Amino acid sequence: MGLRTPLYDWHVAHGARMVDFGGWDMPVQYTTIIDEHTAVRTGAGLFDVSHMGRLSFAGPDSFALIQHVFTNDAATMKDGQVRYGLICNESGGVRDDVLVYRWPYGYAMVVNAGNREKIISWLAEHKGTRNVEVSDRTTETCMAAVQGPKAVEMCHDLTAVDPAQLAYYHAAPSTYQGKPCVISRTGYTGEDGVEIIVAAAQGAGLFDELAARGAKPCGLGARDTLRLEAAMPLYGHELTEYIDPLQAGLGWAVKLNKGDFIGRDALLRLQQDKTEPVRVGLMLDGKRVAREGATIKVASVLTGINGCVTSGTFSPTLQKPIAMAYVDLPYAAVGTALPVDVRGKYEAARVVGLPFYRRPKT
Amino acid sequence: MDPQKLRYAKTHEWASREGDVCTVGLTQFAVDQLTDVIYIELPDVREPTNAGDTFGEIESVKSVNDLYAPVSGEVQAVNDSLDADPSLVSKDPYGQGWLVKIKLDEGATLDHLLTFEQYKKQIASEEH
Repeated sequence: MGLRTPLYDWHVAHGARMVDFGGWDMPVQYTTIIDEHTAVRTGAGLFDVSHMGRLSFAGPDSFALIQHVFTNDAATMKDGQVRYGLICNESGGVRDDVLVYRWPYGYAMVVNAGNREKIISWLAEHKGTRNVEVSDRTTETCMAAVQGPKAVEMCHDLTAVDPAQLAYYHAAPSTYQGKPCVISRTGYTGEDGVEIIVAAAQGAGLFDELAARGAKPCGLGARDTLRLEAAMPLYGHELTEYIDPLQAGLGWAVKLNKGDFIGRDALLRLQQDKTEPVRVGLMLDGKRVAREGATIKVASVLTGINGCVTSGTFSPTLQKPIAMAYVDLPYAAVGTALPVDVRGKYEAARVVGLPFYRRPKT
Repeated sequence: MDPQKLRYAKTHEWASREGDVCTVGLTQFAVDQLTDVIYIELPDVREPTNAGDTFGEIESVKSVNDLYAPVSGEVQAVNDSLDADPSLVSKDPYGQGWLVKIKLDEGATLDHLLTFEQYKKQIASEEH
């Protein structure tokens, strides 16, 4: 049995099928993936993301520690701002992709479920003499994500701070039913959305309320198809200790000029390296899905493979199989035709620009 | 088709014999596990099948799974309507969602397949 979020019973009571994810028992779907996916693209979906690690940083050197491990620049963040970035190892490989929150009184970080222990150890290891205390708030809190074009409106009057007052990738400390909470305009679906962190004991009540407001409970199945359409990387797939953020196309979240940080020297070298495969989007002509591990081999090349799929699915929005893959640089240009070995049979695919799906501007 | 009168492979295909032709489909339990079926690849007519060997694949949003022939013989017909509407397999697995019809090899029987009661026991154990 894996770890359980405070919503475990809620999921089971609402008909969820539970699976292991990053050591946690999580809902993969309540109805069907396509139904749940569509609800997020057209209305609002409700996700339990309590498995994500929630760390808080206190002490005068919080900023210095974050700046030391984070590839993005925490120095230019304003109070209430949320910023995506990577935590790299010395070789420039990705230890995790995280969100950093800046508060007037400190910082918080949301890390991947499966990397929580690893990142806590990493922070302890690199803390040095800095005066900072990192505390793990994961199990004492619950985190809900309401995602979709109707999410912000659906969360009106839910917490003391209305999410409509928040800019995208901003957060605010607030209250839910008189108790402290955090509300942010963030998500992992490619839609506008709201994430709410409340005390563990308030989780089921919050989910009841959000479901009653019309947010459709969604599982990890839809979360995966949604993030894939939005071309958001998933740790363990597009990002690993052996993949650096530059080849992953996340150079925008790496600020090499901000001053020193772990992995910077390696990343400066990797920036010049044209031999590393890079992340691309693939769209397949047929109906068979190229999934993780499918290899790409260009017909004219006699030896070796030219790329590998890291995530693939059927896109409910585009009604086509899509995939993210790492391919050698000469094959990475948009429009390049690439044969993908799908379970022993080659399928025609071509490189397309990422993301596969971009939400309509409002 | 009446599920009680069908025979079953451990791999969740059902088989129904009429004369020397056997209709094959997927069980309700299997399609309930799959959900979001997007594509079914079936063999060509006249391809041989061997009991226990794969004859096609079923792709859902979440995963792809092999289809196993419950009997040995030769494919006599495939359900072409699944190409246009693969959801038929989920909506009506014992009717319009049938997969293939296999002309049994001489002497081939369905005796090695599970009865309805035996299959029911198997899925009960899989659910736990």
